[in-house]
Amino acid sequence: MLESLLAVKNALPYILQGSLVTVGIVLGAMLIGLALGLPMAVGQVYGTRPIRYTAAIYVWFFRGIPVLVLFFLFYFGLFNALNLNLSAIVTAALVLGLRGVAYQSQIFRGGIEALPHGQLKAARALGMSDTRAVVSIILPQVLRTSIPGWANEYSIVLKDSAIAFVLGAPEILSRTHFVASRTYEHFALYLTAGVIYFCLTWAGVHLLHRLEKKLYIPGYSS
Amino acid sequence: MDPSFIWSELVPALNKGLIVSLLLIVPSACIGLLLGILVGFSRTFGPPWLSRAASAYATIFRGTPLLVQLFMLYFGLPGIGIYLTPYVAAVAGFSLCSGAYHSEYIRGALLSIKSGQIRAAESLGFSRVKTMVHIILPQAMRRALPGVGNELIYLIKYSSLAYIITCIELTGEGKILAAQTFRYTEVFLIVGCYYLLLVSLASVGLRKLEDMLRVPGFGKG
Amino acid sequence: MAEEELLRVEGLSKTISGTSILSDVDMVVRKGDLKVLIGPSGGGKSTLLQCINLLLFPDSGRIVLDGREVTFRRKREVLAYRQQIGMIFQEFNLFDHLNALQNVSIALRKVRRMSSRQAAERAERELERVGIWEQKGLYPAELSGGQKQRLSIARALAMDPAILLLDEPTSALDPELIGEVLAVIRDLSQRGMTMLMATHQMGFARTLAQEIMFMEQGRIVEQGAPQELLSHSGAEQSRTLSFCSKINELYA
Ligand SMILES: Nc1ncnc2c1ncn2[C@@H]1O[C@H](COP(=O)(O)OP(=O)(O)O)[C@@H](O)[C@H]1O
Ligand SMILES: [Mg+2]
Repeated sequence: MLESLLAVKNALPYILQGSLVTVGIVLGAMLIGLALGLPMAVGQVYGTRPIRYTAAIYVWFFRGIPVLVLFFLFYFGLFNALNLNLSAIVTAALVLGLRGVAYQSQIFRGGIEALPHGQLKAARALGMSDTRAVVSIILPQVLRTSIPGWANEYSIVLKDSAIAFVLGAPEILSRTHFVASRTYEHFALYLTAGVIYFCLTWAGVHLLHRLEKKLYIPGYSS
Repeated sequence: MDPSFIWSELVPALNKGLIVSLLLIVPSACIGLLLGILVGFSRTFGPPWLSRAASAYATIFRGTPLLVQLFMLYFGLPGIGIYLTPYVAAVAGFSLCSGAYHSEYIRGALLSIKSGQIRAAESLGFSRVKTMVHIILPQAMRRALPGVGNELIYLIKYSSLAYIITCIELTGEGKILAAQTFRYTEVFLIVGCYYLLLVSLASVGLRKLEDMLRVPGFGKG
Repeated sequence: MAEEELLRVEGLSKTISGTSILSDVDMVVRKGDLKVLIGPSGGGKSTLLQCINLLLFPDSGRIVLDGREVTFRRKREVLAYRQQIGMIFQEFNLFDHLNALQNVSIALRKVRRMSSRQAAERAERELERVGIWEQKGLYPAELSGGQKQRLSIARALAMDPAILLLDEPTSALDPELIGEVLAVIRDLSQRGMTMLMATHQMGFARTLAQEIMFMEQGRIVEQGAPQELLSHSGAEQSRTLSFCSKINELYA
C-alpha cells in the first residue's frame, strides 16, 4: 500500500507532463474538426448534390472505422507511403481531427437544420450574399446551439486520445504504462491515470457548460 | 494492391479474426445491455444508496477511456490477485463500459415515462416487478433504442482495442500480417472495410428493428 | 335498489408531506349503487379514490369490501385487492405501446395468467361492450378522447371488478365527446355495476346517482339523495347546491 503510494508520488510529475501532450492532441483535433466540420456541415445542408454525396461518404468512412485502425492505416500506411514523416503526436491529432470532421459536421448540420426557417430568406431580403448570410447569420447561431454537442465531442476525443498509446505518443497512458512496467505498480498507476482523465473530462465539459451559459440569449432555446 | 496476397493470405486471416471479434462483440453487447438496464432502473427507481452507487459507476466508466479500463482489468487486477485472460478482460471491459452508457439512455427513457402508466398498471393488480417488465420496460426500450443502438455501433468499433491487451481479433490479425509483409495501407484499408461492413449491417438492422417496434404516435409526446 | 353493502370506509385519513389531505372519511357504497363525489378541485376526491384502491396507503382507517376487512400489510393481498377494484383515470393512462386489444388483454394475461387466446376473446367482448371493437387494432394515439376513455373502461371491466372507481372520467374530454362516455357509464349502471364516481357533470349525477357526496378540504361535508341536496325546497340552501349553481354558471 505504502509502496504503491510512493510509486504514484514519484511517477506523478512524469505522468502529468503527459497530460500536456494529451491536451495538445485533443485541442489540435478539436480545432481541425471545427475548421473543416463547419464548411462540411454547410455543404451537407446547402451544397450541390456531388458535394452532399462526397460529404456523406466521408462521414460514413470515418464514423465506421475504429480509431485504432485509422491510426495504423495513416501512421504506418498512408503517411509512410506519401513519405510524410509525421511524429506520433501530430499523427494522433491529425487522425482524430479528420475523424472529428465527420462527427462535428453532424453536430453542426443538426444545428443548421434546427434553425427556424426563413433565416436565410430574411438575410437575402436585406441584400446579403448567400456566403455573407451563412457566415454572419447562420453560423453564429449554430455555434451557440452546438456547444452541448461540442462538449460531448470533447469528451469522446479526450478518451480516444489514449489510443495514441499504440503510436508511442508520450501522452498520459503511454507514460503510465511505461512506469507501470518498470515498477509493477499497475493497479495504483492506472487508477491514477483514470483519475487524471476523469478530471480532464470534467474540467472541459464544465468549461464548455460555462461558455454556454455566458452566450445564453433569453428566449433562445438550444 | 496485390490480389493474390489479399485473397490467399489477408482475407483468410481476417476472417479468422472476424470470428474472434464477433465472439467479443456479441456477449459484450448482451451483458452490457443487461447491465445498462439494471443500472438504469437502479438509478431511476432504486433506494437512495443504490441509485447513488449506480450513478457513480456510470459516471466513472463514462469519464475515463475504455483503454485505461482495459489496462486496469488486464494489468491492474493481477496486483490485487485477480487474473483474467485477455478475452475475459476484454469482454468484462466492454460490458462494463457499454453498460454505463446504456444506463444513461435507459434512465432518460424511464424519466420520460409518465407516472400514470405505473398507477394504471398497479390499479389492475400488476406487481411492481410485473409493472416494470410488461409496461415500463417495453416503453423505455423503445425510447432508448436510438441511443442504445448507437452504443452498440460504438462497441463494434471499440472491440478493436482488445488487440492492445493481446486478444487477437480482426485488428490484431491485420496488424500481425501487416508487420510481416509491410503492406500496412492495403491491410488496414481492408480491415477498415470489414468494420465498415459490420457497422453498416448493424445500422441497417437497428433501423429495421426500430421500424418493427414502431408504435403509432408513441415517443412523440 | 339493492340494499346489500359492498364497500365500507371508516375513519379514513391521509396526510401527505405534513398536510392533512383526508380527515376521517366515512362512507358506504351498496351493491349496484352509482355514488357521485363532487366538490371543489383540491378537495381530496382523487386522493380518496386512490386510497380506496390502495394506490395510496391511508394513514389510518378501515376499508371493508364485501364483508371482509382489507389488510394492507401483505403485498400479495394488496395486489389481489386491487384486481377487485377497477379504476378509471381522468387522463386515461392507457398503455401507449399497446394497441386497444392488448391494452385490455395484458392484465388478463400477465396478472390473471389467462392464455393469449382466452384473454384476446375476453378483451374483444369488453371492447364490443363499450363500442370500440372496430378500433381494436389501433394504438392509443390513434383514438379520439372519448374512445380512449371507453377503452380504459373496457380495460378495467375485463378484470371483473366488484366496484368501479371513476376519477372525473370526462374532465379531459372535448365537450362533444363527453356524451359517449357518459352513455357507457349509464349503461353499466343500469346493468347493476357498482360505481363511485368523482365528476362535475351535475345533470348526469342528478338523474342517475343514488347518492351524492359533497367533499371539501378532505372531509365529506354533505351527503344524501340528489333530490334532497339539489332541491331548493329546504330552509337553507345546501352547500352542494350552491357549489353546483356556481359550476353551472361557469359552464353555462
Ligand atoms: N403527492 C402529493 N403531495 C402533496 N400534496 C398533494 C399530493 N397529491 C395531492 N395533494 C394535495 O391534496 C389535495 C387534494 O388533492 P386531490 O385529491 O387531487 O383533490 P381533487 O381530486 O378533489 O381535486 C390538494 O390540495 C393537493 O394539492
Ligand atoms: Mg382530482
